[in-house]
Amino acid sequence: MSIIKMTPEEQSAKFEEVLSKFRGQGQKALMATLQQSQEIYGYLPLPVQRKVAEALDVSVAEVYGVVSFYSFFSLKPKGEYAFNVCLGTACYVKGSQALLDKIEASLGIKQGDVTEDTKFSISACRCVGACGLAPVVLVNDDVYGRLTPDEIPGIIAKYKEEA
Amino acid sequence: MDNYRAHVLVCCGTGCTSSSSAKIMDKLNELVKANGLENDCKIVKTGCFGLCAQGPIVVVKIGDQETMYYRVTVDDAEEIIKEHVVNGNVVDRLKETPNSDPTAFYSKQMRIALRNCGKINPDHIEEYIEHDGYKALGTILSEKRDPDAIIQELIDSGLRGRGGGGFPTGLKWKFASGNRGQGITKYVCCNADEGDPGAFMDRSILEGDPHSVIEAMAIAGYCIDAHQGYVYVRAEYPIAVERLGHAIEEAREKGWLGKNIQGSGFDFDLDIRLGAGAFVCGEETALMRSIEGKRGNPTPRPPFPAIKGLFGKPTILNNVETYANIPMIINKGAAWFASLGTEKSKGTKVFALGGKVNNVGLLEIPMGTTVREIVFDIGGGIPNGKAFKAVQTGGPSGGCIPASLLDTPIDYDNLVAVGSMMGSGGMIVMDEDTCMVDIAKFFLEFTVDESCGKCAPCRIGTKRMYEILTKITDGTGTLEDLQALEDVAVALKNGSLCALGQTAANPILSTLKHFREEYVEHVVDKKCRCGVCKNLLTYTIEKDNCFGCGMCAKACPAGAISKTDYTAPGKKLPAMEIDPSKCVKCGACMATCKFKAIVKK
Repeated sequence: MSIIKMTPEEQSAKFEEVLSKFRGQGQKALMATLQQSQEIYGYLPLPVQRKVAEALDVSVAEVYGVVSFYSFFSLKPKGEYAFNVCLGTACYVKGSQALLDKIEASLGIKQGDVTEDTKFSISACRCVGACGLAPVVLVNDDVYGRLTPDEIPGIIAKYKEEA
Repeated sequence: MDNYRAHVLVCCGTGCTSSSSAKIMDKLNELVKANGLENDCKIVKTGCFGLCAQGPIVVVKIGDQETMYYRVTVDDAEEIIKEHVVNGNVVDRLKETPNSDPTAFYSKQMRIALRNCGKINPDHIEEYIEHDGYKALGTILSEKRDPDAIIQELIDSGLRGRGGGGFPTGLKWKFASGNRGQGITKYVCCNADEGDPGAFMDRSILEGDPHSVIEAMAIAGYCIDAHQGYVYVRAEYPIAVERLGHAIEEAREKGWLGKNIQGSGFDFDLDIRLGAGAFVCGEETALMRSIEGKRGNPTPRPPFPAIKGLFGKPTILNNVETYANIPMIINKGAAWFASLGTEKSKGTKVFALGGKVNNVGLLEIPMGTTVREIVFDIGGGIPNGKAFKAVQTGGPSGGCIPASLLDTPIDYDNLVAVGSMMGSGGMIVMDEDTCMVDIAKFFLEFTVDESCGKCAPCRIGTKRMYEILTKITDGTGTLEDLQALEDVAVALKNGSLCALGQTAANPILSTLKHFREEYVEHVVDKKCRCGVCKNLLTYTIEKDNCFGCGMCAKACPAGAISKTDYTAPGKKLPAMEIDPSKCVKCGACMATCKFKAIVKK
């Protein structure tokens, strides 16, 4: 999932569009509403959840319950460059834990966190399905396969230059 | 396929797309235009060819001749077009596959569910139709076949659910088929929430042949008198979602979905529902709660979904691969399907082979093929001359099959007998460097994360087992802990509400059974023979290789490294040494040593 860069006004307008599309449809439209809202904001802060609850006429508790249940939904913002390390079994037996350790050490943050300048974040996922390329790390939509920990600093440097 | 002299097929499955097959495709199209070959050569986007380890894969088809190219890059596109397509010379350089033998990879396979993957363009319904697509549904509708007879056909074929449980598909349909024609709302659902890490069978089918699933779901709707279906697919599979969405649109346009299908009076439509990353939603009742927009908590059965499922209505739910088999069974007959496979497991099974094996990829074998044939013949054995240790099937619900059981013929019942399960079809090979205790811990960490928390045995049991395994890998475990693991496992199996908890202990039980000596080593000798469990390792400096530069001592955060009074022959400075009582095993010293004088054992 990539975060589309938008101004706050554009975000609100887009969010209103999503809300009006699903307004009044109740719980059965909740997942889709949340998914499309997260595409706009990159995460689902409480004010967004409140508005979704209001539009679908379900309780905020219900919305929060769903958001916190599914790992796809995030309560924290992601970095501009989101590192996502595959910890699926195929990648794990080929050493993806060492990749995660190296990325954490290099960026100085832990899995699930964002750097202070919000440039980088690290998360782990369970299988992106590119097992032929194991071990795999994703940075936003870029896929890096057959990686060794020694290649990590080079990859980070590349994005630091861009940033 | 259309009447072009040459076809160039490009694999656009997720594996190959990750190594830029989309860019290769663009480049090929550009070259076709630049060389004025538009009427002569067609570039075709296809689903997965299977041999993912050698991707991106490009196939050139001229007449009857098919040439497969491996690990193609954007820069190779020009040579493929100019040398092969124009001049007719095969580019031998791109046919080479170090460490793997494609002929062996394909020789023992039999493709039913994957019949069209890598053959047709999934975005063109016409190509599916050319390959007997919608023939089964068309015949059923035009002959107005008796739904009960179709269901009986499925029962006779012996098809069992490919999602893991192995329940007979025909029976499932029969249970939901009552009270037809009385206007009762029913649903047909497809489970494409492929959550097992290391499994990508369902995704490959949706990416390579989405219409086979759509056709089968419409047949299911006809059989039980349902008019609406849902495909529940992981949001993590963007390519599959896009192609399935496109296929549904196309099927509607061509009258294979929607009102009055092909003028038969039968209505059936499909919608996609996206999952959001919860493993438990692969469980049928949890999946239906998720489609309803709720937390994916399983509910007790009975009532079974066939009686009370989605939105409280009778529902059938099958897995992607199960559906993909059905049009073929209708076309070729139950007897044909039942002639394949073993006594109780008919047909074929798709596996995603991964891990420490040369030919990582997607394969389909007749039931009854042995584990050895898959790993060593199809899979091409273990890379780098390492020794085989185990094969893991069934993901977090399955277990490990050791070398002594390599000749087990694969079917539902045999895999359960050796302490594993079919699962959805992930198959991960492990070599001598894989620590079995660590792998058990890896799966438990997964189930702790993914347990929905509704029932206590699963919520607490998985956590306790994970803690015990952490103790063992940290070197503080005792032999009593091994007993405790087994006790908790039994409670978990008997007490959990759904299959997630009931099977969560399998990775532990099967490794305890087949690799007990590794557990005992961790507990008694405080050693990890594979060098995986960090806290059981000791870092030492090989003094004769040490130049005494002192970089390691500077890097050590614990001040555990100091100078000795020994200077190795030929070196100018005295060697360093590590005080094991101060060492925190971070590995910083090893990373800084330019002379590779530090080893962990």
